[in-house]
This record gives sequence, C-alpha cells and structure tokens, in this order.
Amino acid sequence: MTNHIVDLKNTDCALIMGSNAAENHPISMRWLLKARDTRGAKIIHVDPRYTRTSARADLYTPLRSGTDIAFLGGMIKYIIDNELYHRDYVVNYTNASYLIKDEFDFHDGLFSGWDKENKKYDVSSWDYQADANGLPLTDPSLQNPRCVFQLMKKHYERYDIDTVCKITGTPKNKYLEVLKTFCATGAPDKTGTILYAMGITQHTVGAQNIRAFAIVQLLLGNMGRPGGGINALRGENNVQGATDMALLFHIIPGYVDSPMNTADNKDLISFIRKVTPGAAKLPFTNLAEFRELVKAGFPNSGWKIHTSKWVVSMLKAWYGKAATPGNDFAYHYLPKRDEKKNYSHIAMFEAMHRGEIEGLFVNGSNPVVGGPNSNKEQEALTKLKWMVSIDLWANETAEFWTHQAWDRPVKNPDVPRMTPAEIGTEVFFLPAAAVYEKEGTAAQTGRWVQYRWKGAEPVGDSKSDLWIYNELVKKIKQKYGASKRKEDEPIVNMTWDYDDEHGHDDIMKVALELCGYNVADGKPVEGFAKLADDGSTACGCWVYCGAMTFKDGKNIYKPQLRKKDDPSGLGIHPEWGWAWPMNRRIVYNRCSVQPDGVTPWPGDAKRQLVKWDPLALADPKNPTSLGSWVGVDVPDFIKTTGPDKAAFTSPFIMRPEGKGCLFAAKNSLKDGPFPEHYEPWESPTVNIMNKQNLNPAVKVWEPDKQGTRDKYPIIGTTYRVVEHWQTGALTRNLPWLAELMPDMMVELSEELAKEKGIKNGHNVVISTSRGDVKAVACVTKRFKPFNINGQYIHQIGLLWQFGFKGYATGDPANRLTPHIGDANAMCPEYKAWLCDIRRA
Amino acid sequence: MANMTNLYDVSKCTACRGCQVACKDWNQLPAVIEPFKGNYQTHEDTNGDTYTIVKFLEMEDAYSGVQWNFIKYQCMHCFDPACLKVCPRGAYTKTDTGATVHDPDRCIGCQYCTYACPFQIPKYRKREDKVSKCTLCADRTAEGLQPACARTCPTGALKFGDREELLQIAEERVKYLRASGFPNATIYGKLELGGLNKLYVLTDTPDKFDLPVNPHIPKNITAWQNIIQPYFGWLIPLALAGSAFSFVSTRVLANKHGGHEEGGHE
Repeated sequence: MTNHIVDLKNTDCALIMGSNAAENHPISMRWLLKARDTRGAKIIHVDPRYTRTSARADLYTPLRSGTDIAFLGGMIKYIIDNELYHRDYVVNYTNASYLIKDEFDFHDGLFSGWDKENKKYDVSSWDYQADANGLPLTDPSLQNPRCVFQLMKKHYERYDIDTVCKITGTPKNKYLEVLKTFCATGAPDKTGTILYAMGITQHTVGAQNIRAFAIVQLLLGNMGRPGGGINALRGENNVQGATDMALLFHIIPGYVDSPMNTADNKDLISFIRKVTPGAAKLPFTNLAEFRELVKAGFPNSGWKIHTSKWVVSMLKAWYGKAATPGNDFAYHYLPKRDEKKNYSHIAMFEAMHRGEIEGLFVNGSNPVVGGPNSNKEQEALTKLKWMVSIDLWANETAEFWTHQAWDRPVKNPDVPRMTPAEIGTEVFFLPAAAVYEKEGTAAQTGRWVQYRWKGAEPVGDSKSDLWIYNELVKKIKQKYGASKRKEDEPIVNMTWDYDDEHGHDDIMKVALELCGYNVADGKPVEGFAKLADDGSTACGCWVYCGAMTFKDGKNIYKPQLRKKDDPSGLGIHPEWGWAWPMNRRIVYNRCSVQPDGVTPWPGDAKRQLVKWDPLALADPKNPTSLGSWVGVDVPDFIKTTGPDKAAFTSPFIMRPEGKGCLFAAKNSLKDGPFPEHYEPWESPTVNIMNKQNLNPAVKVWEPDKQGTRDKYPIIGTTYRVVEHWQTGALTRNLPWLAELMPDMMVELSEELAKEKGIKNGHNVVISTSRGDVKAVACVTKRFKPFNINGQYIHQIGLLWQFGFKGYATGDPANRLTPHIGDANAMCPEYKAWLCDIRRA
Repeated sequence: MANMTNLYDVSKCTACRGCQVACKDWNQLPAVIEPFKGNYQTHEDTNGDTYTIVKFLEMEDAYSGVQWNFIKYQCMHCFDPACLKVCPRGAYTKTDTGATVHDPDRCIGCQYCTYACPFQIPKYRKREDKVSKCTLCADRTAEGLQPACARTCPTGALKFGDREELLQIAEERVKYLRASGFPNATIYGKLELGGLNKLYVLTDTPDKFDLPVNPHIPKNITAWQNIIQPYFGWLIPLALAGSAFSFVSTRVLANKHGGHEEGGHE
C-alpha cells in the first residue's frame, strides 16, 4: 500500500477492483465503513461476481475477468475528455509535460521496438527527449503533440464507453456511474483510494493493470495524499515483509536488482554502474571516484543515487570481515543469475518437471493446492530426489506421494496418475511453530512493521523458522569447516552470528543486522541516509534502516512501540510500530501540499501531511541549517531540498525524473509504456481493441494446453473466502473454520445452471485442458452471464483453497489453471481461463 | 441494573462470521460440520452446539438489483421470555442486566421451551439430553467483559452496552440510513414482544432478514404461563387429590360404602 489500512478512513471514494476486501481483508472494511459514516465516502466495487464486498458497497458493477485495462482505459479517456484531472498536480508532479522521442509509436497492438524473432521489445524508443545535458525536455502547457499527456490522450482515444462495455460486459449505465463517482475525486479538495488484490495481478497483463491504476490516480491527483493512493491488499500477514527481504528471484533485499552473469555485472563497480540510475555513462572506475560524483549529484538519478551504499552495506552485513575495499566487498561471493533464465514459480516447476532440479525446500507454501496447473506441479515433485516440507501440518504438498493425492474425479488420459511405489522423492517433514508460538515481526499490508511476542509454547517438536534455519546453516558451516577451496568461500566467510550466550537463536541479533549497525561499535545506524559504501556500516536491508535506535544505553526496536496517540487525527499513529521507509506512513507525501511547498490544496488543509518550513532546522544541532521539510507524517522527501533546488517539485524521489509516471519510460516494464488491453491467454472472444489477442511480451510455456472456446466456452476464475486462508492448510485443519466452509464449491449463475441442468447443491465436474475437479454447485443470483460484443458468455468461480487433507476437503481448483504468467512479474493467470461444467 | 445488550447493525456486517467462531471458542462448543448445500450459511438454524449463526439471504428485484442480506441470529433475550414461563423446572432466569440464562443443571430436557419460543432459539442437545442456547455471555459480562461475539467483530457491526444508549445510537443510525438510500430502514427489538434485550438496525423490513414481522407467543403458551403456571404449586396436590379421590371413590362405590370428601395428600 502507498497509504495504509487506517488511512482508508480519510477517503472520499474507494474503488475496490480485483479485490474482495470484505472477505479477504476484513479490517479494511472497518475503516472504509468509517469513511462512509463520517465523510459520506462512496464505496465502489468492480468484480465479475457480487460478493460480500459488493453487499457493503454503494455501487457494484460486474466486469468480465481479465478486462481491467479496458475498464480503466475508458476511465482515463473519460477523465481527459471531461477535463476532470487535477491540473496543477498533473503538470507539476507527473511526467505529463515530458516530451517523448519521435521514434515512439503504437500500431496494431504493438509498441515501437517490437522484436518479432525474440518476442520482446527494444525499449530504447520509450524514452524522453533530452537536452544537451541529458535533462528531459518538457512542455508545461501540455500542448506539444509529443508530450506524454497528448500521447496518452491519443492512446486512449479508442477506449470509448461503448467499446469498453463491449469488452468488459459491464452495463453501460453502471459503468457511467462508476466513472462519474470515482473521477469526481479529481477535485483538489477530494481524494479517492484504489484497493486491489490478486484479481488485478493474476493476469497476463497483471503489472499493466496496476500501471493503469497509477495513471488514473496521478491524473486525479490522488497519490501521496491521505485517503488516496494505490493500495495493494497483501494476501498474507507478512508477504510485504517477504518481498522487502527479497523472497523473489530478481532482487536483493531492499528492491535492488539482483546481479546477473553478464559483463555489466562482472564486478562491484560495473554492478553499481548498472543499478544506479543516471550512472551508465559517467566517468568513474572505482568507488572513490564514484563517491565524488554522488556528492556533486548527477541528473536522472533520484534517491537511488545512493544504491552503492545499500549494496556495500549489505555485503558488509553478509560477509563481515571478509568484505573489504580490496576485494569489492566480496561482491564476487553473490550468486549471479543466468540472464536468459527465468526463476519464477512457473519456470521453476517447469524446470523441475524437466528433471533439472534435485531438491526443494517448501516453507509455508503448498503448491499441490496453490500452484497453477497443479496436476503438472504435483508430477514435477515426483522428479525430485528430495523435498523438505516445513509447515504446521503435513499438508497436501508434504503428502503429494500418497494414494489419496492421486485420486481424480474422472478418468482423464491426459492427467498423470501415480502410486507411491512409482515415486522416488525422499520427503522430510519439519513441524513448524505457528505465528503465535514464536517471536518476530510481520510487515503488514500498509508497510507497518509490528513486533509480535510469543503467546504460547510451540506444540510438540515444532520449531520456529529462525530456529530451523539457524541450526541448518550452523550445520552447513560446520561441514565446510575451514575449507580453503575458493568456491567454498561464500559459505565459510558468511557471517552467521545469531546465537545468544546460551546458544539459542536470538531474533534481536537478526533485527540489528537487518536495520544496520556501525561496524566500529556495533551500534545501530540511525537511518539509511547514514549508510556508507566504504565498509564502515553494515545493513541487511536498507529500507529497514532506522527501525533500530540507540537510546538511554540500549537498543530500542521500533516495531515494538505500542503508543496509540494520533496527534494529527489522520490515523498515522507515529509511535505504533514502525513503517518503512523511515516511519513514513504515506509515501510520496510531498504531493499532499501544493508545489510551493507551503499552501495546502484548496479546501483540503486538514489532509496536508508535510510542508516546507524555511525557519525549521534540518539538523537540530546545527543552528545554521535553516529550512527543512516538516509535518505530521515523516516527509517522504529529502529534508533539505528547498525552493532553490529544481527537485523541490519532484515528489517521486525513487524515480530518476522525480515525477509520477503517466508514461513508464525505458525499461520500467517489458510490455509497454502505456497499458493496453489484451485478452487473457484463454479467452472466449477476440480482442476488438487491437490486433493482438494475447499480450505479445508474455512467455507461453505450454502452447498445446491452450483451451479453445469451442470445447471450453465458459470463463473460469478462482478466489478465496474469508473462512479459509490461502491453500487452507491452516484453516481446513481447524474444525470451527472447516464448519464455516466445509466443501469445495463452485459458484455459477442461475442461467447457466438451467442450461446445464444443475441444481443448487448438486455435485458437478469442471474441466479444462489441464484437468478436472469435482465441486458442490452454489447456484446464485450473484453471478450473471455477460454480454460480450453481442455474445452471451458465462463465467463461473471456484474456491482454490481445498485439498485432500484436513477436516474440510475437496479437489484443488488449481488442477484447472494454466501455466502462464504476467509479462513482467510472471504472476500466474489464475483469474481468467476457459472451462466447461457438467453434473457429476 | 440497566439492561445491557448488543446492538447489531446489518449495514456494517460483512458476514465474516468471526462472531460465530468466537461464540464456539468461548463456550467451547464442538464444530457441527454439515455438507455444503449451496448456501454460505453453515446451518439452516441454530443448534444445540451452535448458539449463533449468520444467515445469508439472496434476493433480487428490478429496482435494487441483487441484494445479499446478512443477519446474525441468536437468542433475543426477550424482556418477557416464553422459555422462562414454560419451563417446569425453573431452569431459566433473567440476570439483572437482562440476559435470559439457562441452567443446564436444572434442565430435564422436556423441550417445552423449544416449542414456546417465538424465535425457535432453545435447541435440544441430544448428547446431554438438555436444552442449550446463547447466554449473552452472562459469565463474561458479569466480569465487565463484552460478549465474545461483540469483542471479535472487526467492523463494529456488533456493539455491546447499555440498552438505552444503544437504542439512541440505533435511532440515529436508522435516520441516517433512511436518508442514504434505505427508506425501509428500521429498528428491530425495541418494541417486539414488549421489547427484546437485543437490538437490530435493519436496512430493510424484518421479513427481508428472515425475522418474524410480528413475533408472538402462541395462545396456549399464554394460557399456560398466565393461568396454569402461577398455580402450579397447588395444582399438583390438587391433581393428586383428584386422582386419590377417584381411587377412593371408585372403591367406595364398588364396596357400596360412603366416601370421604377429602382426598389424601402426597
């Protein structure tokens, strides 16, 4: 979330799209309902199916799965055509005025630079026109035909309301009502928030769906302001923390690109050159020279100009004394990923299926239920030599080899069936402690890092994850001993000092390393601005720097703070837990004040978060440091950037140009600088917006498994219910929760049920080109057939949370879903595919 | 003492059913897992091990389109409870804060209460041969805690407090709802059956929430409670007297002897 959960109470309008907030994020509704009661806020819900969220919304409208960009593209056009955008905001805080290279173009669904052979874009034309100094050219009048605003206007000209509704199947009057209601937040005294979840990301256009949100919110001036923002409701309590820690293949902790096996990654200085924006062509050959350039500042860099400090501090944290200025701070110890290889979930299971992977650790994950095309993923597990499952219960993945695991509702020659005797994978199960049985932090959806103390002792032999990994690595290091082999150095020299004086794992030692410490005295670094790239600081994850402070002779870990005070009344609660970065509760909050840095947006003084105070001291100890940013929230801005500097009106400090991107320049995305509507991989219709059916930049893994509309005419989608959590490994093992949602079910419209002779409560079979599942029919008025470009098209929805273990059992819906993902994030397209349904 | 109760506002309920689980947790009631029948609702009605349920009611009309109404259903803790009146063993009592509490130790499992209740709330629990129902968490509230259901509600749809104060909140809320697109919004529990110690804010008429529009206690129950039960204490001796009289008199008649007017005592 750019904002946070409590901040939802400050909104004037909430657009919930691709999220069933009431069911999957119940607390969000507490604050949204408060906004409605206290501010008269409107709640809009856009979803293929009427859900418990729709029941509490002021306005519900359906759309067909996988058509969000059409829906939002129409919104962008509506905002521009009716001049509903927040002009001052757009001109000053976005790249609307930036001129784009003449070579940039868009034809027949393809952006300029399409490489047909390699099926990818050359992005060099997706760039700004620059002056002699490399600074972007702009036209603040927004009239130049090559400015972003005009190009965007032209791009979305095709997204008129009739065309949009033909694609999405949304009733026109409802669509108009949504446009009118949400776009009213473009008024300077109004803010609107967008809430989304997996309904937006789990598509072949997932990242572009979110880009479309970004354009809408920037046009309406809703970013960086209370009650605004783009708010990803994270599906697990600590998934935000997991991404912060880089549990992803393409980054290292703190969202820095992970190094690759290419020449431009060959040593630390090449790597720094590559990952620091604006550094590519600068004259430097070592860190000392680079430091001088950073000190002087260079254009098109933004806050990421400091990347070298984050990388070196991380290396210092990981390799301690072995990381020295003389050896590139042991940069060569870092594993380098193969530039040509993809290591995402789908790719990993494809490789496993090909027999390329020997062993697997599965922690708090259950791919036999949760993985796309889980028939295939289950088969892939049989090709491993060994697998370690770490979970509270022996879940479906831990028991993928049992007879029960290969039961299928119908005989299908295309679906693999095996017996335990045929499977050679050796499976180890390590019982894990539950969240209440261990200490630690969780970073919730609004980036608030909150400490949790242990509530109960772990059951039986179960252990915390930290214990498990601490013991494992200690054992590994013991095995390597004092090996002198070159290739063993990364393990031999890795720092691993998390034991307390009794030899037990000490979580505060992990916390200190993550938050950063001064190498000389071991005291915490008080913020990432104090990190250095000379080896004097160590920090495991720069965005967490500042969470630990030294006060009154001891370390204070801020996620443990529990003060309820809320001086601003905006729900910021600055001393409840801690939010990264630097306890900023609303990022980009420079946007909550007018460009002059002082005046609130007209009529919106109460929601101003920060301001420039020429009389405040930037450094309290230095009486000459006059002029600083101050506010009720921690300014998400360089404190000393005053009106004398060009960057004074550039609130998006992580971007090289400092502006919110209506146009995603250069290599921001793989599939285009503007979101464009493409159909899902399996679609019941053709794309009427352009000549490409599927997002061209998507990798098709299994072309032979693409279901066609003649055989599978119905759209299928998957989702969760409030009663179960993720794959249900936790909740289906709890009788009280199993009672609430006891069986695998499929929701379908009364119209489709009638066509197929299905009655409420019947057992039915749903099939795709990848498999079949059995479920109980829930015939409902809440699903309605769509009118898609004159065609009458049905959609059904399945719970994906069932498996063969626990008190509540049923077939995993993911036996149906395809192995295909988004062009950028590789997030699987769980949300839109083709199927058929019949009585069992 | 003042009546303490829950105000349940359907316009804030997301049917997460945290209340249902919290109730089972506090009262340590076993799960009653029934197969999914095509509705999210777990059970058609409350049962001996399920004191509260959330009902899911799907409806559609041309004007408002599809609606999905949720309502938490449990004992209404009537001011004048039929269960209490019909119970032959005095198992039901009213606490001084208005909860109707059932004492299983006194219950003989006769189930009169289950027939008498206008909301069909007391349920027979076969495994113990006794009846059970919601206690409004009298054990918690006596210690100054909220009922388990209200404590767990994430959206504030359930509020616990002084009935008079909650009634004011409810009146305000209904006014607000009527002005914001719910012309039929109403309070339930204020006047029904002379007042319930459970208040509802409804966004529509009670029938749209499966609540009895005019709950009433059957006439025969009223007769029982008003005429028969008050004299219960001497009805038994009287009945015994009658049977004794009959016993003696038949023999007297058989023996052609003169009879006594008075019967024997128990």
